[in-house]
Amino acid sequence: MEFPEGLKYSKEHEWVLVEGTSATIGITEYAQEELGDIVFVELPEVGEKIVKDDPFGAVESVKAVSDIYAPVSGEVLETNEILPDNPETINDDPYGDGWMVRVELSDIDDLKDLMDADEYAEYVAQQKEDDDEEEDEDEDDDEEKDEDEDDEK
Amino acid sequence: MALKRTPLYAAHRRAGAKMVEFAGWEMPVQYRGVIEEHLAVRGKAGLFDVSHMGEIEVRGTGALDFCQRLTANDVARVQVMQAQYNFLLNPQGGVVDDVIIYRVKPEAYFICVNASNIDKDFAWLARHAGADVEVENQSALYAQLALQGPAAQDILQALTAQPLAALKSFHFAFADVAALRCMVARTGYTGEPGFELYCDGAAAPRLWDALMDAGQSRGLVAVGLGARDTLRLEKAYPLYGHELDDTTTPLEAGLEWVLKLAKPEFFGRERLVEQKQHGVTRKLVGLEALEPGIPRGGYGVFKDGVKIGSVTSGTKSPSLGKAIALAYIASAEAVLDRRLEVEIRGRKIPVKIVSLPFYRQ
Repeated sequence: MEFPEGLKYSKEHEWVLVEGTSATIGITEYAQEELGDIVFVELPEVGEKIVKDDPFGAVESVKAVSDIYAPVSGEVLETNEILPDNPETINDDPYGDGWMVRVELSDIDDLKDLMDADEYAEYVAQQKEDDDEEEDEDEDDDEEKDEDEDDEK
Repeated sequence: MALKRTPLYAAHRRAGAKMVEFAGWEMPVQYRGVIEEHLAVRGKAGLFDVSHMGEIEVRGTGALDFCQRLTANDVARVQVMQAQYNFLLNPQGGVVDDVIIYRVKPEAYFICVNASNIDKDFAWLARHAGADVEVENQSALYAQLALQGPAAQDILQALTAQPLAALKSFHFAFADVAALRCMVARTGYTGEPGFELYCDGAAAPRLWDALMDAGQSRGLVAVGLGARDTLRLEKAYPLYGHELDDTTTPLEAGLEWVLKLAKPEFFGRERLVEQKQHGVTRKLVGLEALEPGIPRGGYGVFKDGVKIGSVTSGTKSPSLGKAIALAYIASAEAVLDRRLEVEIRGRKIPVKIVSLPFYRQ
């Protein structure tokens, strides 16, 4: 999976587009895929202060609620008004029409903790590998069992 | 401890399923997406792997009396080759499990139980069985597939000589499907016409493939547990562990139709007769959100700022496009159309009581 170059990324799978002293925030392709069909989005109010690493909203899939964590601190300038009626936009276009909030950054240094596209791609690849490794180990066990059964025949 | 896998695990991985843990099993929660799978079942057909569910056989000269004593419904009405929705009850009238009983022989009843309750139900039945009854846990022998939707019968008929149009609701037959021996039952948990097929675990992968092939031209898709839950919730079918547990009675759950109080003797009879006379203190109701927000299991239900109950299950209904929920609330408040509130992560959103089921074809 590749990720847009011009964005910065958090460990909680949010992306940040920096524009001067403000930033737009959303969730990544990897996050929307993991969540499945998004049916509801909870966003902060304009004027609210969001705090880095604290939850500032939620996305709900059919089955479950997932908090979204602030990748940076700041004051909410704008929220994406199409999301209440069309939450699935996040699934369809997570980096474009699926943007969630725009904030006025309170501390430009917050950006230092974020990853660039290559680092995030590696991070996601590692997460997927960890999941696959567990599956592969179990499958190897199953294969060994099958082999033993064949020997017995 | 490693999660259990059904014989269809490899098929699910090949189909790109997202797997999750459920009742100690690794099961597919979705393939293409919960909403798409849900709508496919309502509009065409869906195939579910429900092999994690359990099968317990009760047989012997005392089988009928035993089943009568331990359950809510009247098992004497069940003919051979007929099935019945029923509850195992405890002496307090609470539900040990909701089950489907199949009378496979005059003195043999095959009981399909929830995956989360297999060991509990088997221990319960074995403990109460007398010398004239044999109780056997056969769960390891069987796989189970559910084929549900308006196109289900056409798809299945292409694979069997058994005349399906003549198979009535809650009846079953032993038949060859794709040359594999199955117990084919006209039962289901989606509210759509359909079948549940029991077969040998070893035959399951071939049966799955045969059904998927036969169904391809009719829009058949694989469906996971995510859509299984949204489908049953739209029809207000209970899910054990949510709407039903050891402390809930059939009367509180609004499932009085399953309970036959005229039966002379069964676990919980006294308590249930009393409850019927005096009325229940809590009732299961359907809620519809009036503002954006989705009530979820465990959220509190409020009236004028006072907590009067809790949500048992909730979701955004794919067929209705609304947030729906089931909840136990104080009986006095269980009035159609009443406005209440559900607390969703610190905010109270308005809901109203609606009639059930939420979705009707």
